[in-house]
Amino acid sequence: MTYAKLTTSALALLALSAGSAAARDQIRVVGSSTVFPYTQAVAEQFANNTGAPSPIVESTGTGGGMRIFCGGIGEGHPDMTGASRSMRASEFELCVQNGVTDITEVLLGYDGLSIVVARANEFAWNLSLAEIYQALGAQVEVDGQWVDNPFTTWNQINPNLPASPILVFGPPPTSGTRDAFVELAMHVGCRQLPYVANGGFDSAWVNENCSRMRTDGPFVEAGENDNLIVQRLQADPNAFGIFGYSFLYENLDTLKDVNINGVEANLETIASFEYPIARPVFVYIKNAHRGVIANFNEFIEEFVSEDALAADGYLAERGLVAMSDETRARVQEAVLNAVSMPAP
Amino acid sequence: MTPSRTPMQQVQASLARRRRKQITLQVLGIGAISAAILMLGLLLTTLTLSGRHALTQTHLTVQVFIDPAEIRADRLPRGGFDDVVTAAIAALIPGADLSNREGRREVSAISSNGAQFLLRDLVVANPALIGQTIALRFPVSDPYDQLFKGLIDRATPEANRRLNDAQIARFDALVAAGAVSTPLNWGLLFNADSRFPELAGLRGALMGSFWALLTCFVIAFPLGIGAAIWLEEFAPRNRISDLIEVNINNLAAVPSVVFGLLALAVFIGWFGLPRSAPFVGGLTLALMTLPTIIIATRAALKAVPPSIREAALGLGASRQQVVFGHVLPLAMPGILTGTIIGLAQALGETAPLLLIGMNAFLTSAATSPFDASTALPTQIFLWADSPERGFVSRTSAAILVLLTFLIVMNALAIALRKRFERKW
Repeated sequence: MTYAKLTTSALALLALSAGSAAARDQIRVVGSSTVFPYTQAVAEQFANNTGAPSPIVESTGTGGGMRIFCGGIGEGHPDMTGASRSMRASEFELCVQNGVTDITEVLLGYDGLSIVVARANEFAWNLSLAEIYQALGAQVEVDGQWVDNPFTTWNQINPNLPASPILVFGPPPTSGTRDAFVELAMHVGCRQLPYVANGGFDSAWVNENCSRMRTDGPFVEAGENDNLIVQRLQADPNAFGIFGYSFLYENLDTLKDVNINGVEANLETIASFEYPIARPVFVYIKNAHRGVIANFNEFIEEFVSEDALAADGYLAERGLVAMSDETRARVQEAVLNAVSMPAP
Repeated sequence: MTPSRTPMQQVQASLARRRRKQITLQVLGIGAISAAILMLGLLLTTLTLSGRHALTQTHLTVQVFIDPAEIRADRLPRGGFDDVVTAAIAALIPGADLSNREGRREVSAISSNGAQFLLRDLVVANPALIGQTIALRFPVSDPYDQLFKGLIDRATPEANRRLNDAQIARFDALVAAGAVSTPLNWGLLFNADSRFPELAGLRGALMGSFWALLTCFVIAFPLGIGAAIWLEEFAPRNRISDLIEVNINNLAAVPSVVFGLLALAVFIGWFGLPRSAPFVGGLTLALMTLPTIIIATRAALKAVPPSIREAALGLGASRQQVVFGHVLPLAMPGILTGTIIGLAQALGETAPLLLIGMNAFLTSAATSPFDASTALPTQIFLWADSPERGFVSRTSAAILVLLTFLIVMNALAIALRKRFERKW
């Protein structure tokens, strides 16, 4: 009877699964959505060059990646995780608790966060971080008082700016890009306000009061899809967007960046940290899996190869800002010798 | 005293008002339908307008001399395949300079990164090609594809363009040499995923969706029918069966992300099944499809008239014989329709698959339900978030492919119903 057959095959499938869960011939990488395009590139190059099974690359966010990566050692756990910030002490402890003690930290390069506007907007935008904070923070200083953000147009913040409404599309709180933007732009800009600078507040106060984006309209959480922000900006010349430099790089014909403190976002200024909202990106390697997971060593070699990481390498083509030659040489040596990282 | 109106007069007096109400209702109805059609039209038009660019792919055809100095039979599959392809392209560009690294990069950037692997696979399959000159057709890289399709505006200032004047001039030389063509983009269906838009295709996603739906069907179909038969034909009518019925109806309304979390905790956490596997995706989708199938099956069983059961019982058939010999075959068209609609829903489901990791990037397609894979909706999700321009049109094209599958499945469900439905 067909029903009996179907049920039997379902059971057979279940039984099969128990067997196949144990063996893994594919490398597994998790982690930040910022590092995802770079890992993709290395994985594809690696699979094409060696003919090895293609690695499984998953975008889980930096924090989510750390949780899975630190889950333990063995074939059920990933071999590598990408991060758009360095590993936190709490994450390292989780790793150690689960037996993942030998980790190599790999600096891949730098990623710039750009504030972007359509080229149809003719004003030559140049903002300070304090002005960015005043436009986007939930609470700001007005006449020496710490109040809910009252600004609705740019010229209310600085008379030299146009009288256009403030409208900025940015990443949601779940995104690593948002974390980085809050830390690198909002906190720094907030500290530059006279009220905060002279108030003698500690960093706990700054964390508490300067981390929130305004929710009354001018800042719009646009979801994780940066292509949609790009389309929105092209349609509305007064709208601004916040996203990774690679999206600006692909759309330079219609979009331009807002200079920050007079510095334009480009490959040089991001690498030199002259452009203030740039951050390092990392991957973390589980050394216990080297030589155990098939082809893992070869994959690591591809990851830190000159082809990938050099200034004219294929990761730079995807928007990664390359390290200096000395830094790169140091990273390559540390990675190939499996130097384990100290507790952060 | 005025004479009271006859019934005929009363009717005529109210006639205009009743007509007006009738017309208002019709206008509102037509308005609602038009709004719905307009929305659908808008969706399909934007998708088609954007997706049509992905239906063709700019290709370059060049005469490649497989230089024995670069490629040696004893060192395959290694060899300077990229240099050979670059030299072949440069031969068509007057003034191309291959003497320095920069010049070589500029020329090789016109071809897709996949060109060298295409050539490598040809030569590995047939080493006798070494030393010969063959015609090789391969995709051009994404910026040049955009240029040839007119998506890069040559009028924009050079500094703001993805390609500079010299790069455009080189490509124009290739166009003038007749080496550029735009055939249908079969790679969109038959290639696996890639980080290069010109190579990326849906094979991995289609295979993933196939394995997931197969698993879903194999599990949800027998279970759903079994549960429905028991509830409809055998279960006593009491509090407990009422409670079960209410719960099944509730289950059908649970948001899919909840099933994803359940699957993450139970299937991956406890049972240790592999992440990203279509098998786990199929199990999760089966949980979601089960209530749909149970409800559809019960409705179909209910629709079989009692006289059939009574006649069979009267002739001495057992309850089991009645169900499997008479009621179930008669209810089958309804059951299949419900199942196909349930599977179509499962095909478009994204949230639970994201939670169990079926949004991984993979450059090969799954060959079993236990290989890591993406599915159609998660592939769309992945492409929609890629920075390269070419993925914008490919995302729309992938959505059109998904819609096509949904339409085919729903049409199949309607056809089954029309073909086999019985009027009692």
